[in-house]
Amino acid sequence: MPASLLALSLCLAAPRTVALWHSYRADEARALSDLADRFNRSQSEYRLELLSIPYDAVASKVSAAIPRGHGPDLFVFAHERLGGWAEGGLLAPVSLQPGRFLPGTAEAFQWKGRQLGAPLAFKTLALFYNRRLLPTPPATTDEVLADAVRLTDPGAGRFGLAYQSGDFYYHVPWIFGFGGSLFDARGRLDIDTAPVAASLRFVADLQARGLIPQEATSALVTQLFAEGKAAMAINGPWFLGELPKGLDYGVAPLPVVSATGLPAKPFLTVEGLFVSANAREPDGAAKALAFLTSDEAALTRAREARQLVANRAAYLDPQVAADPVMTAFRTAAERAVPMSTAPVMQLLWEPAQGALRAALRGEDPRDALRNAGSQLRALQRPAPATASPWPTLAFVLALVAAIVAWERRRRSAAEPARWDAYAFVLPAAIATVALVLFPILFSLGLSCFHRGLDGSYRFVGLGNFTDILASRGYAITEPLSFYFTLAVTLLWTAVNLAFHVGLGVALALLLHASWLRLRPLFRVLLIVPWAVPNYLTALIWKGLFHRQFGAINGLLVAVGLPRISWFSHFSTSFAADVCTNVWLGFPFMMVVALGALSSIPRELYDAAALDGAGPWNRFRHVTWPLLRPALLPAVILGGVWTFNMFNVIWLVSGGEPGGSTDILISEAYRWAFARQGQYGYAAAYSAIIFVLLAGYAVGAQKLLAGREART
Amino acid sequence: MRRAPTLAVVLGHLAAIVATAAALYPVLWVVKMALGPSQAFDQSPNPWPSHWSLQNFRDLWGAGSAGHLWRQLGNSCVVALATAVVGLASSATAAYAFSRLRFRGRQGSLAFFLATQMFPGTMMAIPLYILLDDLHLLDSLLGLVLVYSTTAVPFCVWTLKGYLDTLPRELDEAARIDGASSWQIFTRVVLPLARPALAVTALFAFLSAWNEYILAATFLGDERTFTLPVALQRYVGEYHTEWGHFAAGALVVSLPVMLVFFALQKQLVAGLTAGGVKG
Repeated sequence: MPASLLALSLCLAAPRTVALWHSYRADEARALSDLADRFNRSQSEYRLELLSIPYDAVASKVSAAIPRGHGPDLFVFAHERLGGWAEGGLLAPVSLQPGRFLPGTAEAFQWKGRQLGAPLAFKTLALFYNRRLLPTPPATTDEVLADAVRLTDPGAGRFGLAYQSGDFYYHVPWIFGFGGSLFDARGRLDIDTAPVAASLRFVADLQARGLIPQEATSALVTQLFAEGKAAMAINGPWFLGELPKGLDYGVAPLPVVSATGLPAKPFLTVEGLFVSANAREPDGAAKALAFLTSDEAALTRAREARQLVANRAAYLDPQVAADPVMTAFRTAAERAVPMSTAPVMQLLWEPAQGALRAALRGEDPRDALRNAGSQLRALQRPAPATASPWPTLAFVLALVAAIVAWERRRRSAAEPARWDAYAFVLPAAIATVALVLFPILFSLGLSCFHRGLDGSYRFVGLGNFTDILASRGYAITEPLSFYFTLAVTLLWTAVNLAFHVGLGVALALLLHASWLRLRPLFRVLLIVPWAVPNYLTALIWKGLFHRQFGAINGLLVAVGLPRISWFSHFSTSFAADVCTNVWLGFPFMMVVALGALSSIPRELYDAAALDGAGPWNRFRHVTWPLLRPALLPAVILGGVWTFNMFNVIWLVSGGEPGGSTDILISEAYRWAFARQGQYGYAAAYSAIIFVLLAGYAVGAQKLLAGREART
Repeated sequence: MRRAPTLAVVLGHLAAIVATAAALYPVLWVVKMALGPSQAFDQSPNPWPSHWSLQNFRDLWGAGSAGHLWRQLGNSCVVALATAVVGLASSATAAYAFSRLRFRGRQGSLAFFLATQMFPGTMMAIPLYILLDDLHLLDSLLGLVLVYSTTAVPFCVWTLKGYLDTLPRELDEAARIDGASSWQIFTRVVLPLARPALAVTALFAFLSAWNEYILAATFLGDERTFTLPVALQRYVGEYHTEWGHFAAGALVVSLPVMLVFFALQKQLVAGLTAGGVKG
């Protein structure tokens, strides 16, 4: 049987696949792909296959796939998530010689004495300066100030320095430079200290004197520095790829803070290779890891992609050593502080960023820090106690029984069972029950657990619910409280719906009018806001609302009004969110109304016109009554979507100021992904959202039923 | 036919132009970034494109997608169309029953369909992953279609029912007197009249599948099965996003939507045939 023998031998000879997930792009992706080719040629036992996936899907994909025995053998990610993944049992130990790597980079992947990843490259912040404006970089903050004052010209829109002053990651260097730290002597998070206040005063002063732009986003920093309108910028290695080719710039370590004589130390984050605990080819993964982190491979990455590799040896290469940018970053890395992998670190960002932005808005830094401190304590409040499952189970059963009994009683005056009707509903019902109900029940179950910082789960019964509903840890009037967020969410939903329906119906009537020219064109153009992915357009709206450079403030100035700092006050920040969401959402209502309008027989209008009804009466007595039944389901559903509209809140106001514009869904998201991976707590939040909306649905259903009874 | 007064016509056109301008204004930046030379996010006050280069589009088809873009575009089309068809087919009958028949459990099931829309989607990814894994439907477009169409079904049921409620009942009553069964009434009388509603619902189901990316990114593990938004989202990084490529991709993503809408317009405005409901 030569054919099967041939197949067998092919089988034996075929290399076994080692899968690697990464989210590199451009040059870095090309360098990695070159290395994979080289690895595959160098031996025949394994074949390294690369899969590039979106950066913000990596974490959820890895967490879903690895525990189920799927997923990659290797994946690339930053070291910050190490703690959670290590405790979740997702990672396998790797072997390497830490001495080959820059100080701190290999150690970043150690967890409880085990090496759970290998460093590839590092990222940190440095000072970029425009050589044409500033031949030598300032070494101290006093020199930075002197240069900045000289090079700032508010009339021409020029700034001495530009960086994302409202982002806590960019502020951390100043905290260390002023002699502060993020933890107290007992290792607990604490930023309510004098050095931190001094650092806040320093940046608030920079902004008050107009030396740095306000509300600087990464886009703005790039634009200002690229156009020569900012003499200096603080940024990371990713900035290199954004700068135009001809720009003459240099890179230097961050300055020394003159008040203390200490250098401003940025965070060091390290990107590394992780081996899955469920790798199908552990040996192949180890071989590929050794190859990719070798000095030789590092040199390829450094030369081809200008990657700031973690291997010491790469910096001895003449080509790399001659690159001033790479050597400057290497020096910067030596001063940098490795970002803590302790899961508790995740709690710091939100309160710290809140305090930073409050200080930049002109609030007293001490007050801002005191608020942040109490917020930190609230986030670190003790978890609910472990509970026995029986009372919860009994409660749930009683609840189900009560609902069933209530349904039965209600049904006594019932409608008949009709088999033809059930056959009609069956396809939709099967689909929904199978794929929608299961995830919901899964999440409801999860809401009875507490996820510790170490990733372990423990049953707490209804503890999460009582925590949320009793607003444990903070006052009801604080933005962190459930009731505050609920009130904002209800307001958000009502205002948006009013605008969506009003605008949607008005435009639909216009587009339905027979006298309108180019109707098909208008119809298509007006759905454009719905068609373009809202991730992008929401960010464009955020840019339009920018305090110094936004087109909306530009318009206000043009008509003689003062600029508005949109995200500094609840009302204006909320208005910005609403404006964006109305723009995104009106086409849906318009299309629904358009469809409904076309089902109204023209004869009715002709009859009404014969009876002498004017346009308003025709609308009130003909159009509206016939439009309403078709619009009502859309309004009910629109209410649900708006209630859960995450993207706009997250991307436009981001909860600013101080989390006050957060709605329930963005709050739940923060608990799950931005605070400490409290999936149980977040699931409880989701369950409460679910119950609230179910109540709304029953109410809406009654409304519909009442209407049906009358027709 | 009555005639609208001239002033109303002029004002109406003005309103349509203003609304369209407001709708398109933010999108101009997307166009500008897509045609521009840099990968930076454009925050300049003037949205009018200053460069006219197709380099970002060439990159999309070339190096950026490892040459898979046509395939990914095809995947997206297949998934979105299949979602629209499956979603519509399985919900049209239910909508008809909810609108026209009275049966035990009707109210409850309607509320149930609505309730399923209420669970925040961000919490669904991991349980759905487990489910698809057990069904051996990970890494397959079929699995994706299943998830998308089932999440679209409740919406489709509700909107379709809303429309069917506006259709005059005299027609199906007449058919019933003539001895037609529920199924015959559904296929011969109701469906043809519901064309605008079917168009709106299909557009919605299509769009919901077309734009979704986080579930797709979680379930799909092979570049050749990626849908367009997953491929596009790759340009968004942790620290730095290639906005030029992303904007070009966003335009590629929105173009088919507008084409679909353009194609559905005829259905949308077809409306009731004159005389069909004259009593």
